Amino acid sequence: MTAPMVQAEGVHKRFGRLEVLKGINLEVRPREVMCVIGPSGSGKSTFLRCINHLEKIDAGKLWVDGELVGYRQRGDKLYELRDREVAAKRQEIGMVFQRFNLFPHMSAVDNIAEAPVNVRGENRATARARATELLEQVGLADKRDAYPRELSGGQQQRVAIARALAMRPKLMLFDEPTSALDPELVGDVLTVMRQLAEDGMTMVVVTHEMGFAREVGDSLVFMDGGVIVEKGKPRDVISDPQHERTKSFLAKVL
Amino acid sequence: MTTTEAARPDQPAAPEAIVAVPVRHPGRWVAAVILVVLAAMFVHGLVTNPAWKWDTVGQYLFSGQVLDGLLVTIELTLLAMVIGVVLGIVVAVMRLSTNPIVSGIAWLYAWFFRGTPVLVQIVFWSFIGLLYRYPGLGIPFGPTFVYFDANQLIPVFVGATLGLGLNEAAYMSEIVRAGILSVDSGQTEAAEALGMTRMKVLRRIVLPQAMRIIIPPTGNEVISMLKTTSLVTIVAIHDLFGVVQFIYGNNFQQIPLLVVASIWYLVLTSVLSVGQYYIERRYSRGAVQVREQGWLSRMMAQRRAEMR
Repeated sequence: MTAPMVQAEGVHKRFGRLEVLKGINLEVRPREVMCVIGPSGSGKSTFLRCINHLEKIDAGKLWVDGELVGYRQRGDKLYELRDREVAAKRQEIGMVFQRFNLFPHMSAVDNIAEAPVNVRGENRATARARATELLEQVGLADKRDAYPRELSGGQQQRVAIARALAMRPKLMLFDEPTSALDPELVGDVLTVMRQLAEDGMTMVVVTHEMGFAREVGDSLVFMDGGVIVEKGKPRDVISDPQHERTKSFLAKVL
Repeated sequence: MTTTEAARPDQPAAPEAIVAVPVRHPGRWVAAVILVVLAAMFVHGLVTNPAWKWDTVGQYLFSGQVLDGLLVTIELTLLAMVIGVVLGIVVAVMRLSTNPIVSGIAWLYAWFFRGTPVLVQIVFWSFIGLLYRYPGLGIPFGPTFVYFDANQLIPVFVGATLGLGLNEAAYMSEIVRAGILSVDSGQTEAAEALGMTRMKVLRRIVLPQAMRIIIPPTGNEVISMLKTTSLVTIVAIHDLFGVVQFIYGNNFQQIPLLVVASIWYLVLTSVLSVGQYYIERRYSRGAVQVREQGWLSRMMAQRRAEMR
């Protein structure tokens, strides 16, 4: 067995008095596509955001590619990482948001080239050439110079995926990538994600798209109330859920 | 509408255009006539009342003294605004800091400088030498290594500039803060997720977007600053207004010289307004459709649309 890409051990997260994550344990192997489903407020997006330290965890441990997230361990002591160190680790983790969050003051190609140029220090011409390739890859070669507001939601989300890929991440996090889209635009985004999965990207996908979870996912996690209720092969969990809560949730969404 | 046509193909293609008698607005006509008469009276007065002394206006409009004063006004405006904008950004970022001491000091700064009249500050800074006669550099509460003479370090011009600039920074900090807060937090998250440090997020992602909100009120501030500089005459600086006062103090031609000053202030504010339009257009990229037309042709198009 290879070392896990993501490993969580008893991860807890609290917002004030509200405990959002109550002990998450899981492993994502390299090249695995893990889909996370669950009702809203179940903590699935929060967990995703913990993986790249957009949220600080309160207890437990979380590793990405064998390295502790947000801290450095020396002996028994944990040392918080500096802003610069956290940023360096985030470069290797791509994230796609529900609301796309493209930079509205930059064209599509500049959105994609921004981080390679200004974070990695790549040459602008090279970065833009690669950005153009990535746009081709997501089927938007003709939208190179369009600004985000001139693009549909589905197109924006595909640019956002290309923007994350430009940093050549070893792990991609998707936070409900199709939830803000008109139904007829969902397909294009899922196609891009499916292609990414086939190319061997490690992916954690918080989603409501059961079809995608069943066909593309290697594993499926059902979360409710801040814990993992059930996990397994997508086909098994969807067709033969073991827990009452999973059953009632699936009955509502399927 | 193609859909309705498709749905009801038996309908005639286009209904007849409406021909109706428009509502009359007699009140508007009366108001317009009154205004025209008043304007005509004013213009008539400008031409016929000899007290305007247009020849004196013409004589001083481009005189060396007045142009020197104009230059001082422009210098003061520029320097004070540079201090105001740079310090304003710093104070705004401090204000948004999670460190309570840093944000508290930023709040105090804005409270103090917004709470005291700018005229008082100009005079205060010009007299700062009375308070700290020999400021020095050294270890706090310890020995001092170098001393300066405050009157040489801070001549009146510098004092007045500081007074204007520090006061302006307090207002600018609120404008910048509003701009920063207007940027969606998702932008910061997306940038951080790409591996940008906080400073880089601020510089590359947040501030450029905040500029759209920051620029219009900043344009106001520049124009307002241009006129506020006239207060420096109180500490005997010969800016545009100071020069004019000096001249009419000698020749008693108050009205024509005040007209000279007003003409120059108007010219400068007009130039600034045009500049503001172009800067706004630059920073609205991606936010609104970029207009290829220039400022003038757009004004004309708008007029034409209104005439119709």
